[in-house]
Amino acid sequence: MNSLLEIDWQGIGEATADTLTMLGLSTLFTVLIGLPLGVVLFLTSRGQPLEQFAVYALLSFVVNVLRSVPFIILMIMVIPLTKLLVGTSMGVPGSIPPLVIAAAPFFARLVETSLREVDRGVIRAAQAMGATYWQIVWRVLLPESRPGLIAAVTITAVTLVSYTAMSGVIGGGGLGDLAIRYGYQRFQTTVMVVTVVILLVLVQILQSLGDRLVRHFQRK
Amino acid sequence: MHALRNVDLSIQKGEIFGIIGHSGAGKSTLLQMINMLEKPSSGEVIVDGVDMTRLGSGKLQEMRRSIGMIFQHFNLLSSTTVEDNIAFPLRLAKQPRDAIARRVEELLGLVGLSGHGRKYPSQLSGGQKQRVGIARALATNPKVLLCDEATSALDPQTTNAILSLLLDINRKLGITIVLITHEMHVIRSICDRVAVIDGGEIVEMGPVADVFLKPQHRTTREFVAQVTDNPDDGTDALRSANAAGRLRIRVTFIGEQTYEPVLYETMRETSVPFVILQGTVSRLKDTPYGQLVLELQGENGGAEQAIDKLRSRGLDVEVIRNE
Repeated sequence: MNSLLEIDWQGIGEATADTLTMLGLSTLFTVLIGLPLGVVLFLTSRGQPLEQFAVYALLSFVVNVLRSVPFIILMIMVIPLTKLLVGTSMGVPGSIPPLVIAAAPFFARLVETSLREVDRGVIRAAQAMGATYWQIVWRVLLPESRPGLIAAVTITAVTLVSYTAMSGVIGGGGLGDLAIRYGYQRFQTTVMVVTVVILLVLVQILQSLGDRLVRHFQRK
Repeated sequence: MHALRNVDLSIQKGEIFGIIGHSGAGKSTLLQMINMLEKPSSGEVIVDGVDMTRLGSGKLQEMRRSIGMIFQHFNLLSSTTVEDNIAFPLRLAKQPRDAIARRVEELLGLVGLSGHGRKYPSQLSGGQKQRVGIARALATNPKVLLCDEATSALDPQTTNAILSLLLDINRKLGITIVLITHEMHVIRSICDRVAVIDGGEIVEMGPVADVFLKPQHRTTREFVAQVTDNPDDGTDALRSANAAGRLRIRVTFIGEQTYEPVLYETMRETSVPFVILQGTVSRLKDTPYGQLVLELQGENGGAEQAIDKLRSRGLDVEVIRNE
């Protein structure tokens, strides 16, 4: 085991920055795609304002398929699409599409579940007051489920931390990439340990931040 | 299987109309048809001259803004303050910010919640939550207020406070109130007319005094029994009194007569001995009423004569026959 002084700290710094970029961008796009998807899943499901069995069944099927493919395989399967979208399948840009494709369906399900927790009576009251579907989503569903949605973003971000590390396998860059190339392939166990510690700290920060926000918005 | 059948109902402008029924009788469905939260499979629902069943979603949403609604479980937004809850329908209608602020203040005063605007619903009692519900329902100046078991989750004291608030609103604003309940007490306290619903059909309907004092249908009698002490046929005195020359009658007083010595005067004139077997003096909304079950022990047609006299004084007298 080599000493901490021999470690390429600059490389670790860059890898951490890459991981943070991947995490930030993939979380952003996951929310942008997963939130509307979750809302549509909720609204079209049985007994809800826009009940549409065909739409729900189709979306639900697609979500289930994407969620059942292990991330490491999904990552490789979507390489052609990744190249089409961002021009490369390598590095930070190349890792974003697979991360989002894996996380968005997961997040959408969490959103759907959170929305189910909203009191049906409140939705009914909004309908009775002449709210449009759009107003029901913006003024009732999203504000009322805010704590649940924040918890969902937290869980998704934590999951994405481990996904970003995995994307190192196909040259995705970041801490995972570093851990595999130095820690595993070159037997520099210290590098591996350091990256794991950084990831652990990252997860801790995300979780406590999320919990704090949930508590802040909890009104019940 | 239909939740409701053969419903023919017309509610007058400015009245408080009660619909009473057991749970599952269809009263909630009937109420929610007024603002199309439930859509009828056939028939018409006309509110203020507009057939609600023919409206497209845009027109329906517009129409719903002139129909306020309050609920058993209040259905307030838990994530926003009392103020924001009351402002909610005004924001839906895209009213200007300063007009909303003024209206919210006014409504808080109307329902007796001034100073509670910044609280969250979880910080309020049940009665206060329903007051917020009422303020929210009135925000857009609706012509009709629908009350879906609005007092069923409240204790008796709070129920009375909410009922008097509703009555007050009905008088001050002239708003038509349609309420559903399973409590006869609610009907008796504030309603002008009542419909009794059973098995998806209206089995009895009319002014509260008529339905309450002379219930025809079995279900109606059950509801009336909720607020009267003893059912007529339950007393031993009624069962045993069956001798010849004795007549049992039910006398009903309504209005000012309740407080006049009509009975005393009549009985003195005819000198018929009588026994009071059962009696109630109470109020229906603002109308005092009394109902007595008497046994007249007059001989040689004295009892019949007394009955005629009571009737000629405008009392309702019903002779109770033995089975």
